[in-house]
Amino acid sequence: MNRAIADALAAAPERGVQEDVMVLNMGPSHPAMHGTVRMVLTLDGETVIKCDPEIGYLHRGFEKQCENATWSQVFPYTDRLNYCSPLLNNFGYALAVEKMLGIKATDRCNYIRTILGEMARLADHFTCLGAGALELGAMSAFLYAVEARDHIWDLVEEVTGARLTVSFARIGGLKEDLPANFAERWEATEPRLWDVIKKLDQLSTKNRIFMDRMMNTGVIGADEAVSLGFTGPVLRSTGVAYDIRKDSPYFAYDRVDFEVPVGTNGDNYDRYLVRLEEMKQSISIIRQCLKGLPGGPLNVDDPHIMLPPKESVYNSIEGMINHFKLIFEGIQVPAGEVYSYTEAANGELGFYIVSNGTGKPYKLRVRPPCFYFMGGIDRMIEGGMLSDIIPTFDTINMIGGEVDR
Amino acid sequence: MSRAALDGLVAAFPQYILETTDRLGDEVAIVAPAGLIEVATWLRDTPALAFNMLSDVTAVDYLARNPRFEVVYQLYSVSKKHRLRLRVPVGAENPSVASVTSVWLSANWAEREVWDMYGIRFEGHPDLRRVLMYEEFEGHPLRKDYPMQQSQPRMDLRRKERDAVEEYKTLYVDKLAQARKAEP
Repeated sequence: MNRAIADALAAAPERGVQEDVMVLNMGPSHPAMHGTVRMVLTLDGETVIKCDPEIGYLHRGFEKQCENATWSQVFPYTDRLNYCSPLLNNFGYALAVEKMLGIKATDRCNYIRTILGEMARLADHFTCLGAGALELGAMSAFLYAVEARDHIWDLVEEVTGARLTVSFARIGGLKEDLPANFAERWEATEPRLWDVIKKLDQLSTKNRIFMDRMMNTGVIGADEAVSLGFTGPVLRSTGVAYDIRKDSPYFAYDRVDFEVPVGTNGDNYDRYLVRLEEMKQSISIIRQCLKGLPGGPLNVDDPHIMLPPKESVYNSIEGMINHFKLIFEGIQVPAGEVYSYTEAANGELGFYIVSNGTGKPYKLRVRPPCFYFMGGIDRMIEGGMLSDIIPTFDTINMIGGEVDR
Repeated sequence: MSRAALDGLVAAFPQYILETTDRLGDEVAIVAPAGLIEVATWLRDTPALAFNMLSDVTAVDYLARNPRFEVVYQLYSVSKKHRLRLRVPVGAENPSVASVTSVWLSANWAEREVWDMYGIRFEGHPDLRRVLMYEEFEGHPLRKDYPMQQSQPRMDLRRKERDAVEEYKTLYVDKLAQARKAEP
């Protein structure tokens, strides 16, 4: 259902709905409006006639702050964009600055970024599916999904030292290498993840209530979705196989074998199925990358970009000066502009960067996938039932930190 | 997108395309504001180009330059898998540019954000309200002459929230009543 149907409903004279409409404020503090977002709904009975989403409650001036920080100081800010998969934001930003500098990360770095990025995607999808099931009443599915997410976060903590605000990427490389026992730890975790995916599948996919709530709700057509700027699982659920990992490969994605699952109906159920299948592909990508993980250096060898090792900072004047210049003046990025894009868990995460040749970005624009979902969600909601908002809002997986910046 | 396609764009609109570059693998065309809608529609509807997605709209404030602003459009073709960036220079005095909401739906919120952050008006936009800031916010925070530590004045309580029922009535019910009156 869409605006046209809502218009037709409202225009039917025999319905006599004129006096019956009511306005309902859903959010900003509502258990199902995760993140903080308000929807001003106009209801005719339980049918939504008009939906006006209102965002901005988590706005914290991301772009303004970045313009006043050095290129490296931006990383902690990117952690807080999509806080379900901070590693993917880190890597997306690093890739953008590397494109600007005209450097390529090393092979080993690319593989590790792929592994960690897919782990972040898994965590993000587990959160989305678990929370989605919870809000439809399936508490057990949520508990399983969050358990799996915690296993992934344990691994992330082992690698980065933090669970959520990781700031792990560096321009031209990573903070440090994988720990020596990482492959073993992954071997131990992987069967548990398969277990949980199977459990999620068994608990939800053929569940009568779940199917009734998800099928044919929040429908969007392929052409409309493309025009609205939808990307990621939401676009793929309509049948458009647009995945940046396949279409313009970066990191190690051109050297691993994986499928891009697509749906057919563009409804909530398809979005759920696409995410479920993507998790299986992610695990397969991680396994392939661990198998083919090349040796060699981790970071690019360029003193203008990478910080020197601590021994040389404390023991030699050259190292000290190098460290001082990089910290205080920042990496000197040549003047120009660049748009770099990666496939984050929710879709195209773009960074449009303008540099004026100094140590700070002149302009740093993030293209968050969720912002465009929120711009088009009224088309998925209007004409449907009030209760359909819950699964629709879940499956687009809006992340407040990223929408409001 | 390739150099040849960029040249095709210049050949089709020599009067509107001010400059083209393809640095760092990004194809860019600088478009005169007067030709924006025409160029955008052509880029979307030419089968060989088929730019059916507007990925992003943003602006850059070059404070010292003339014209001061640049509105930046990132285009993508889902079928052809190529990209193009359009840059439209906009002057500092009462900045405004035509809205591309009629060409791509995603422009709706993206242009609202540019208006919110940079104060650039989009002519023909159906609903140009602030999107991240509140309506009473003074100034446009991403302009380079907006200080980082700027504070905002206290505002009074709103007398009335936006009334969606009233909006609904003007949108549908009044129209309905008029239609009924017109009936014999």
